[in-house]
Amino acid sequence: MIRALHHQLVNKELSAVELTDKYLQGIHTQDSVLHAYITVTEKKAKTAARKVDEKIARGEEIGLLEGIPMSVKDNISTKGITTSCGSAMLRDYQPVYDAHVVEQLKNAGAILLGKTNMDEFGMGSTGESSYYGATKNPYHTDCVPGGSSGGGAVSVAADMAVFGLGSDTGGSVRQPASFCGVVGFKPTYGAVSRFGLIAYASSLDQIGILAKNTEDTAIVFDTVSEFDCRDATHRKRNKIATVSELQKPLTGKKIGVLKELMQGISSELEQLLLASVEVFCGLGAEVVEVSVPELALSLPVYYILACGECASNLARFDGVRYGTRTKNYDTIEEMIVNSRTEGFGFEVKQRIMMGNYFLRSVNYDNYYKKAQEGRAALCDAVKQCFEEVDMLLSPTVHTTAFPFGSLTDAVSRYKTDLCTVLANLCGLPAISIPCGYDEKGLPFGLQLMGNQFCEHTVLNFAYQYEQATGESRKPTVGGDSVGI
Amino acid sequence: MEYERIIGLETHVELSTNTKIFCGCPIGFGGEPNTRCCPVCTGQPGALPVLNRAVVEYGIKAGLALHCSIHHHSSMDRKNYVYPDLPKSYQISQYEVPLCYDGYLTLGDGTKIRINRIHIEEDAGKLIHTENAVLIDYNRGGVPLIEIVTEPDFRSAEQVREYLERLRLIMKYLDVSDCKMQEGSLRCDVNVSVRPKGSEAFGVRTEIKNVNSFSFIERAIDSEYKRQIALLERGEKIVQQTLRYDEEKRAVEPMRSKEDADDYRFFPEPDIPQIVVSQQEIDAIKASLPELPAEKRTRYGKVWGLSDYESEQLTKYPNIAKCFEQMVEETKEPKLCANVMLTHLFRFLHTEEEKERAEFPLSVQEFSVVVKHISRSALSNQFLKQIVDTMMEQRKPFDALFDLKEFQVDEGETERAVMIVLEQNEKMVADFKNGKEKAIGGLIGQVMRATKGRADAKTVEKLIREQLT
Repeated sequence: MIRALHHQLVNKELSAVELTDKYLQGIHTQDSVLHAYITVTEKKAKTAARKVDEKIARGEEIGLLEGIPMSVKDNISTKGITTSCGSAMLRDYQPVYDAHVVEQLKNAGAILLGKTNMDEFGMGSTGESSYYGATKNPYHTDCVPGGSSGGGAVSVAADMAVFGLGSDTGGSVRQPASFCGVVGFKPTYGAVSRFGLIAYASSLDQIGILAKNTEDTAIVFDTVSEFDCRDATHRKRNKIATVSELQKPLTGKKIGVLKELMQGISSELEQLLLASVEVFCGLGAEVVEVSVPELALSLPVYYILACGECASNLARFDGVRYGTRTKNYDTIEEMIVNSRTEGFGFEVKQRIMMGNYFLRSVNYDNYYKKAQEGRAALCDAVKQCFEEVDMLLSPTVHTTAFPFGSLTDAVSRYKTDLCTVLANLCGLPAISIPCGYDEKGLPFGLQLMGNQFCEHTVLNFAYQYEQATGESRKPTVGGDSVGI
Repeated sequence: MEYERIIGLETHVELSTNTKIFCGCPIGFGGEPNTRCCPVCTGQPGALPVLNRAVVEYGIKAGLALHCSIHHHSSMDRKNYVYPDLPKSYQISQYEVPLCYDGYLTLGDGTKIRINRIHIEEDAGKLIHTENAVLIDYNRGGVPLIEIVTEPDFRSAEQVREYLERLRLIMKYLDVSDCKMQEGSLRCDVNVSVRPKGSEAFGVRTEIKNVNSFSFIERAIDSEYKRQIALLERGEKIVQQTLRYDEEKRAVEPMRSKEDADDYRFFPEPDIPQIVVSQQEIDAIKASLPELPAEKRTRYGKVWGLSDYESEQLTKYPNIAKCFEQMVEETKEPKLCANVMLTHLFRFLHTEEEKERAEFPLSVQEFSVVVKHISRSALSNQFLKQIVDTMMEQRKPFDALFDLKEFQVDEGETERAVMIVLEQNEKMVADFKNGKEKAIGGLIGQVMRATKGRADAKTVEKLIREQLT
């Protein structure tokens, strides 16, 4: 899609301003219903688009992403543009700097349309915990879009952006991608700088990409993965342009279907998965079943570590330097306590409470330390798997999008992360690609996980699958699709 | 009952690296508030710490100088507590595996104070209390610190003082910190407990936080020692708690009770990878260490024959020692140089600053010329004060001010002066001859006056005695 738009721009069949306008139009007609955006930066977008047109008019060469409209999740810092994290705490917070990924995309000429809605501070998988109201699933507005990058997934699915940046701590890019019928990609931990990503759980957070297809994903990945010395966990590696690896045949490659993650899925969706497996066989790949019994640990391990880190990461929101400060205080202590009480929503408070509980010195050995051991065991098991296979396959989520309010207790909400947390705990690159629709017409996603820093392999598999299965259905709910 | 005091120290030393521990902001003292900070050291959302490798190097230097072992793999941890001067609401420190461990520092009497660990961490900002507001200055936030933790090996406040003075000197020689207590670049937490003399078991300890002057430390320890004994004598229990020393009241008082309940919820810092230090790196740092004060003192005594007092005085300031060694190298007269430095030149350094920088009005090398003259008996010792004073005042070298001959007389001239004085002072001569030994002093004085001090007093006395007996 990006490549096609690029050709239209270069051939002057379409101006960058027209392109941006079309997408802004998409936002105007649909977003009052879908609510994918918290902030729309219309003026800035038009100015940036004009500059691209001037460049084209001068006959200068433009890059692939130049003039391409994008959305950025509202926990990724944008200089001078409100970055709220979906929270009342940061409703007026404007960063003084751009995140590394934003810098890279700005340099590449992509046009920022706005900041997308999300579960508060990334904590949630339904989009319901946003202070600004939930985003709606464009395939069925009574259904959740998934989360926490729900706004980003919807912005791409409903043609309100060509691609979006999200963040993925336990599945927050892949899960909404699965629910909204788009591609959601979480690179290896350390493959993309987190500088400027407002942390939820630092050892698990990774910036991810939402796009219409794998090629677009690869183009964006190759741009945002530029080395950045400001994130000490970012690894400098020999860069393989993933775009150039997409065409490789899968003949002789081996895919492992993760047995533990296939259990408890409806037969309807199981059929979709089995059909996908057939597609890979047809592409010449060998498919085997693999078992990682340690997966039984993954959810408790994930939630203990994520909550522990979040309790610490979110402690800086005290109303002292930035963000919401309560009007109701006499002492510094009161100011901090009341600012946090007023600024954070229920889910965030719940996770901070749990995290601090796990980290208390009397509990540390029983929870946090055990969780770290569990994480190490999972990583070892996964490492073993990759000695056998090139790729792991599973559903992204066990279900398609479900109606708002249907998961009332925390545990059943947390369980929606079952298939996705493994990639975060082990730092693996993972992608969710559309693999069909249920009887209600809701999209369903297939997850591929590769070995660390094998982004090119993951995107190669996803691309080959995509080529073999053809175009996906467009959503029609929430107004007419702009159909670009 | 007689009690013994048991003291352990946690000393924070601010490192004088060019930039902060996790960002590129410069380090300095004073200046406009919030002018040396950035998104990283003010804890802006999304900003990430990147460890300054120089901090690791400085930490290893300090560790090696204190005979510590160095961990090849250490890591950073988060210490979580909320205070407005701590921008992230956690301090990045080392908890599980510190950079250095198991060292010691030897006191003058040979007592070894064992060092449990040295770890690296970041400093917090500063709160400024004004009449109607609390303001925050983050300039100090993110300045690198090392925390040096001793075992409870001190038995007196004097030992603590001596340890701190030696520690400060070592840090200065290593050039890793300026260790200025008044600027807060050296701060101490003191752990105090008491036990009946002869007992093996330790008593309950209390911690006195943030004592920041040498005299306060001694007074704080004494006052806490007395408080604990008074409690025990009354049959009461000592409660483990954190105290603050109030200099005005000259007494310790408990800090806010909330502080006591603090659980720092330590966990590994996910944003900073493990710190890896190779043996090669450690060896290279070891090889680059300067001669430390203890080694210098030994060498001055053994090789150059200086007294303990002289060695101690000359090594008190790294730059003084450097000047002194320069003079010795040029003159090969350590004893004489020590005398010139300590008796004469030192008088011209007035402030602590000038001593630190060895900032003499005139370059010390100019005085090597004088020492050389004395060394080959071309100049009498007794002119030293006069010569040094003049050179310092005029800030000019010896040759520009004096002709060496001015200070020299030949034996004939001395003899003539003696003869004249004896002739002109009949009364004194008579007194001496009548057994009034004191009278010779007056005669010598007259001769010296006559020769404008150039004659050698001993020779004069000898000549007078020859004439009168």
